[in-house]
Amino acid sequence: MKQMAFTYQSGLSSESVTLQNKIEMAEEIKDTSVISIKNLNVKTKDGDILKNINLQIPKNKIIVLLGPSGCGKTTLLKSLNRLTDLHKELKVSGQIIIDGQDIMKAGQNLSAMRQRMGLLSQRPFPLPASIYKNVAYGLKLKGIRSKKLIAHSVETNLKRVGLWNEVKDRLKSPATSLSIGQQQRLCLARGLAVKPTIILADEPTSALDPISTKIIENLFKDLKQHYTIILVTHVLRQALRLADHVVFMYYGEIIEQGHPDDILKNPKTAILKKYLVDGN
Amino acid sequence: MNRWKIIEEWFFKIISFIAAYSVVLILLYLLIVVFNKGIGALSWEIVFSMPKGGYYFGGGGGILNAIVGSFYLSLGATVLAVIIGLPAALFINVQLIRLKRTQNTIRFFLDALWGIPSIVYGAFGFAVMLFLGLNASLLAGIITVALLITPILVRAFDEVLKTIPVELQEASYSLGSTRTETALKVLFKQGFAGFITALLLAFGRGIGDAASVLFTAGFTDNIPVTLDEPVATLPLSIFFQLSSPIEEVRQRAYAAAVILTVIILIISVSARLLSKRYSKNIIK
Repeated sequence: MKQMAFTYQSGLSSESVTLQNKIEMAEEIKDTSVISIKNLNVKTKDGDILKNINLQIPKNKIIVLLGPSGCGKTTLLKSLNRLTDLHKELKVSGQIIIDGQDIMKAGQNLSAMRQRMGLLSQRPFPLPASIYKNVAYGLKLKGIRSKKLIAHSVETNLKRVGLWNEVKDRLKSPATSLSIGQQQRLCLARGLAVKPTIILADEPTSALDPISTKIIENLFKDLKQHYTIILVTHVLRQALRLADHVVFMYYGEIIEQGHPDDILKNPKTAILKKYLVDGN
Repeated sequence: MNRWKIIEEWFFKIISFIAAYSVVLILLYLLIVVFNKGIGALSWEIVFSMPKGGYYFGGGGGILNAIVGSFYLSLGATVLAVIIGLPAALFINVQLIRLKRTQNTIRFFLDALWGIPSIVYGAFGFAVMLFLGLNASLLAGIITVALLITPILVRAFDEVLKTIPVELQEASYSLGSTRTETALKVLFKQGFAGFITALLLAFGRGIGDAASVLFTAGFTDNIPVTLDEPVATLPLSIFFQLSSPIEEVRQRAYAAAVILTVIILIISVSARLLSKRYSKNIIK
């Protein structure tokens, strides 16, 4: 509990908040937190990538992981759905508790766990199939065979990402025939189709033009009502526009975290101050 | 740009030009020689009829037995090689993704196998054939050619799979796929165009190899009906005809070489066309 209160100390905007208030707030966050990361370490033989990460991620918020390139943002994101398992050079230890379950424990149903988290990467990677099959893919993996159900889900999720009107007449066309911005929205629709509760987004707008970026950002604002969104970015303005909670990382450590107004406008550490000055 | 940089630029341009076009010229020269020598002896009879008695001593007929035999043998070997090669390549790239050292060791052995001359495969196949009590036959030929082309096929499939971005695998896993589902439903589809090219090139390698079938497939004037019958192949047919002291028969060898070259050219062009056709879904 002490640690919880400490973790969120930097997020409290007023000094008048009493210790009791802090404890209550921490408890509230703990109750609503969907992910709890405890003592997470990721190492390679060359050194540490993540050092003793402790983080509570609250429900239905946009959490922005901010920091310079190579600070461990993407590794932290990929640890959350254990995509780090694909890289033998990474030694991962610690706890990641999602909805009360430690996903780091052996014997986890990785498929089911990963389906609870949609992933958007820096560049869209649609599957080598048609637009329709891309969205239907995850549903079929879930064992859904009803063509009606699949068609309904495809339509619903393409509408959700604002792509339906653009593609409804060419659902059988290859996904690669779409523009990069459309592909990124397709990837989002594909992820949403499997009904995740969390969306992991790794600089999802870095390859997009400003219009497509705005569409994705607006989508995130709408989606946070139903999903917890963890967004990696190093665009400060994007963090300000979207974040409910900012986590600033540097060389594998969390340096500061809290409300974007506190973190980005009144940084406490010299590292963050320098990053913000250089970033602007 | 200073003078030396301009000279350097031109020097490398000329070297690259000569190197690239000499390869094309060598191929063209080869085709001209083979076609020039063989086209005169080429006839419908050679392509579509079976050898009549004493064909290799100037008798009538054609080499349909060798053409069909070569297809049988290469097709069988390619199917066998794909059955072994595709799962092997997928295994290296999916199951062993975290074991780089094991991956590299397997690749090293495959590269070594690739480099072994085909006559050694022929000798090995012959030894295995004797050990198993088999006669020179279509089956023994298929097994030997499959041994020859499997490393080629696995490495070709492997190279195709290596070019697939790891993010595509991550996308598949994040949707809940298992490793097998990712391999079969994502990687296989993504690599399909490349697989087709690799397959046809391996088929081409198999159909054109003489040394590996010299001791194992035998030779016959008939088209085999069962796997334990000997089979004639185009490379051996060319070899036997070229060894003949009769000029007419030697000319026919070049006609057979023309047929073999045309088959391989058709395979190469098909590989390109099919690859293009199936690459429309590929993520680049």
